[in-house]
Amino acid sequence: MTVGTNNVGKQEAHARRTKIQERAMGGVFFVAALASVFAVAMICVFLLGEGIPAIGEIGVRGFLLGTDWSPSNIPPSFGIFPMIVGSVLVTLGAVILGVPIGIFSAVYLSYSCPPRLYRFLKPGVDLLAGIPSVVYGFFGMAALTPLLGSSMLSASVLLGIMILPTVITLSENALRAIPGDRYEGALALGAKHYRSVFGVVLPAARSGVIAAIILGLGRAIGETMAVIMVAGNQARMPEGLLDGVRTMTANIVLEMGYASGMHRRALIATGAVLFVFILLIDLCVPFITRGRNAGPLRKLFKPKAGNAL
Amino acid sequence: MNCFVVRDLNLHYGDNHALKDITLDMKYREITALIGPSGCGKSTFLRTLNRMNDLIEGCRIDGSIRLFDDDIYAMSDVSVLRKRVGMVFQKPNPFPMSVFDNVAFGPRTHGIRSRQELEMIVEKSLRDAAIWDEVKDRLKKPALSLSGGQQQRLCIARALAVSPEVLLLDEPTSALDPISTAKIEELLDELKAKYTVVIVTHNMQQAALISDRTAFFLLGNLVEYGETKELFSNPKDERTREYISVKVGAGNSRSSSSPDVARLVG
Ligand SMILES: Nc1ncnc2c1ncn2[C@@H]1O[C@H](COP(=O)(O)OP(=O)(O)O)[C@@H](O)[C@H]1O
Ligand SMILES: [Mg+2]
Repeated sequence: MTVGTNNVGKQEAHARRTKIQERAMGGVFFVAALASVFAVAMICVFLLGEGIPAIGEIGVRGFLLGTDWSPSNIPPSFGIFPMIVGSVLVTLGAVILGVPIGIFSAVYLSYSCPPRLYRFLKPGVDLLAGIPSVVYGFFGMAALTPLLGSSMLSASVLLGIMILPTVITLSENALRAIPGDRYEGALALGAKHYRSVFGVVLPAARSGVIAAIILGLGRAIGETMAVIMVAGNQARMPEGLLDGVRTMTANIVLEMGYASGMHRRALIATGAVLFVFILLIDLCVPFITRGRNAGPLRKLFKPKAGNAL
Repeated sequence: MNCFVVRDLNLHYGDNHALKDITLDMKYREITALIGPSGCGKSTFLRTLNRMNDLIEGCRIDGSIRLFDDDIYAMSDVSVLRKRVGMVFQKPNPFPMSVFDNVAFGPRTHGIRSRQELEMIVEKSLRDAAIWDEVKDRLKKPALSLSGGQQQRLCIARALAVSPEVLLLDEPTSALDPISTAKIEELLDELKAKYTVVIVTHNMQQAALISDRTAFFLLGNLVEYGETKELFSNPKDERTREYISVKVGAGNSRSSSSPDVARLVG
């Protein structure tokens, strides 16, 4: 009898201890998770807190749509439209060049590559992800600008290369997550290898592939150092692919060192605009990857009649 | 008339001798059932008939298989063979696209573009697979929204849409509930009128119920092959008798069917 009671007591004590431990661990994880949210919140507060009043002073239209950036003129002019256009076009170019190559690479790595070659190619792709952007910049100055000048095109080509590892790795994972029986099912109908991959496997993986593209896009629009080294950085509206451009990131880095007063605040406001762009891009991800049929981009991968490969 | 003529077929997966000296003829527009314990080579044998084993690295095949007059391992283009010999897998594997696009995938692959023609083929295939009434109002819906049994019949429809001569099925009902199983068994009986069917099954009642001929495999050997009635009621080989009696004795509870197997075995 006493033994029994004793046992129950022990068990209860143990249960209480476990519960406390569990609570404590939960707390630790919660705080850890909070840290990143806190960091984002602080960035938001700083950027928007400094940026929005500045935009208010300059005028929303004048700031976002003004085409004249002359911070040292009297009176100064703070129009960042050329930089918005620069960022958007350079990024778009990077996506147009990098995404098809990235997806084809991912298809090759996951569906065609002999294992021996894979052991060699895969680390190559991973290495590409680890190269510092200043090294990309040097590469661009050595290999691209002699041919294409310091231009929008140079920046796009360089960024197209820089987003490859993101697009390849994430697309490859998405492709590999599709069960092999879909591919076999297509072959069993008499489809050839590439018809099966592009007609069945890729559409099946499209939400993951689109997420890969969007993350690549985020990487491209935020890139700074490599872009500065090859883009020319003229703060005016680009008129052609071979024109120099200045991106929002470049604008901030190039002038922050000496800017003060209103000029400085206008640069922080540029950062706020960039931040909003990145926010919008990230918000797209869950929206597009949600359902297999959700999202306007799905038509991109919808198999069409007779795309026999 | 023979549909498949298999002679001295040997298959190795690396060092694993998975099929040993298989020789048999499969009759035109009959249902041939392949039975035997797990790992005995039923799926492997089935996959030699449309050369799906070609995909597997280290797989070596000797001997010959003829489909009517053609040596299938001499064919230069396997897609032609696979168009003639359709396949349905154990687990339903609809493509992640609409019901319509699933069925139209094969015909499109083989060059049919006209919307009208595709619509005709899709309807006919879905009717032949006894699923038209259930999906005719949701052709645009994702195939993955169908139930498991419907998905499997959709896969049958998809296979039929390229007008094959032969339909291979690898345990097509083992992942399905009894009602879906019964529907597919009924369907196979109808398909026999137009197609030669080869089906792998774990279910003795199913083999006895729907097939004309049965082949019993054991450890890569074809132990016994003959008319289903004969093989079940009067097996020539002791190993066949033992396997059938154990399987039937164990009462295949997922089976859809009928007490007359007991009589067949009797
Ligand atoms: N892809 C493969 N690679 C190597 N060995 C395999 C492969 N598929 C099957 N096998 C082997 O071949 C033998 C027969 O397998 P299988 O044909 O799947 O049997 P069943 O369908 O009768 O259960 C087994 O020993 C199995 O391990
Ligand atoms: Mg099997």
